Amino acid sequence: MPTFFERKQLVVPGDLIAEDDYIAGENTYAEGKRIYASRIGIVDYENKKVNVVALRAFYIPKVGDIVIGTVTEIGFNGWTVDVNSPYQAILRASDALSRPFRPQRDDLSQVLDVGDLIVAKITAYDRAHDPQLTVAEPGLGKITRGQIIKITPTKIPRVIGRKGSMISMIKQETGCQIILGLNGVILVTGKTLEDEQLAIMAINKIEEESHTSGLTDRITQMLKEMKEKRGAN
Amino acid sequence: MSQKNMKLIDKKGVRLDGRKPDELRPIKIDVGILSNADGSAYIEQGKNKILAAVFGPKELHPKHMALPDRMVLRCRYHMAPFSVQERKSPAPSRREVELSKVIREALEPSIFLEYYPRTGIDVFIEVLQADGSTRCASITAASSALADAGIPMRDLVVACSTGKVDGTIVLDLMDTEDKMGEADVPLALMPNLNAITLLQMDGQLTLEEFEKAVNLALEGCKKIYTLQKEALKAKYVSFKEAEE
Repeated sequence: MPTFFERKQLVVPGDLIAEDDYIAGENTYAEGKRIYASRIGIVDYENKKVNVVALRAFYIPKVGDIVIGTVTEIGFNGWTVDVNSPYQAILRASDALSRPFRPQRDDLSQVLDVGDLIVAKITAYDRAHDPQLTVAEPGLGKITRGQIIKITPTKIPRVIGRKGSMISMIKQETGCQIILGLNGVILVTGKTLEDEQLAIMAINKIEEESHTSGLTDRITQMLKEMKEKRGAN
Repeated sequence: MSQKNMKLIDKKGVRLDGRKPDELRPIKIDVGILSNADGSAYIEQGKNKILAAVFGPKELHPKHMALPDRMVLRCRYHMAPFSVQERKSPAPSRREVELSKVIREALEPSIFLEYYPRTGIDVFIEVLQADGSTRCASITAASSALADAGIPMRDLVVACSTGKVDGTIVLDLMDTEDKMGEADVPLALMPNLNAITLLQMDGQLTLEEFEKAVNLALEGCKKIYTLQKEALKAKYVSFKEAEE
C-alpha cells in the first residue's frame, strides 16, 4: 500500500497520491484502488484517509454554517443574498421578521435593502435547491458597523486556529469583535478604527502565511509590537 | 497543398526553424496572471501567445441553459484581430465556433461536472498571436486556468500536434508546416489516466503513419505535461519553500 507523496507536499489535479488500502478524503477521488488529487493543494494523511487541503477553492453551502452575505435583490416575499458561492441564497421574509409577514402592508426594503450586509445561518441546502438562510437567531441579522474582509474560504479554519486559539488571541489582543463567515467573509468590529485595522492586518497575514507553522506565536508577537509602536507615538 | 520548390525539411532532417522532427518549440506557461478572473493561464509555444481565463462555477445566465444534474462548461476560443498577418475580423468565424466546441469537448471529461449542478463555468481563450497548433496550446492553457480556479478535476489536460511534412512525421507543427504540410493530427491527453480527449486528423496518412503520429503526439504531450505541472506548482512555490 504505497503512497507517492509526503505529508504537506504540493499536488496538482490528477496526481496519483496513494494506492490500495487508503480512503479518498477531501479534494481527492478514487479510481479503482488508486487515489488521485482533484485540486491544487497540500497532501495530508489522517490514518488511512487521504486529504488534500485545497489552496484554491470556492464556498459550497452547508446546513448550519454561519455566513456573511450581501443582499442583491428584493423579491415578493424575501431577498436574494450573495454568499460568495456558486449558488444564490434565499432569505424569506418570515425568517427575517419577528412577526408574521403581511405582503400587502410590509415593505421589505425597509427591513433589508439591496447592498445591505447580513450575518445569517444556512437552514437548508441540497443539490437540487438553492441555500436558504435565516437571521432569526441571536447574533444574526443586518450588519450596522465594522469592516469586511474577504479571504479564501478554505483558509477560515486557519484563522480559527486549533480549538479557536488563533481567533480568540486576535480578539483579545485587539479588543475587536470578529465574526467569521464560513464563506470566507469576515466582519471585524472594534472600538476604534486602529483596532479594526490591526485585526485586519493580522488576518491578512494569516491568509498569506496560512501554510507555515508557529503562526499563532508570530501573529501574537506582531500584534504586541504594533500596539507598543502605537502607544509610543 | 505543398509547393514543389519549397523545402520544409532539409537534407539533414532539420526543419525551417532549426528543430529536429521530434522536437517541441520552446514553451513557457504562466498561471494566475489575471486578477479579475477566478483562474487564468498564459502560454507561449514558439510564436503562439495565448491567454486563458476561467470564471465560475457561478449561477448560469441565461438561466434556461442550466442543467439540473451537472455544471455547464462554456468555451470561447477567439483570435485577436492582430493575431495573424492579415487583420482578422473580430467577429467569431466558423473556424472559431468549431474550435470552441472542440476545445470544450476536450476539457469536459477532465472536470467533475456532476459536483455542482445548475451552475456554469466560462472559459475564455484569447489568441494574441497565432503560429500553428493554437487549439493544442489553448487546451493546455485552459486546463491550467481551470486548475488555478480551484475547479475539481480528474486530471489536467495537455495537447500537442503532430503531422506529416515533406514525407516525415514531425512533432508540434508551426503555421507554415501546418499550411504546406501533408497532414496534421492534434491530440489532447489526460496523462495520469492515459485517456485521449481530443483526436483529429486533417490530410492524408497511411495507417502506419497515423500510428506513428499518435505515438509521437503522446510523447510530446507528456513533455508538455511536466512543464504545465511545474508552472502550476511555481505559483504556489512559496508554500513549499516555507515548509522546508
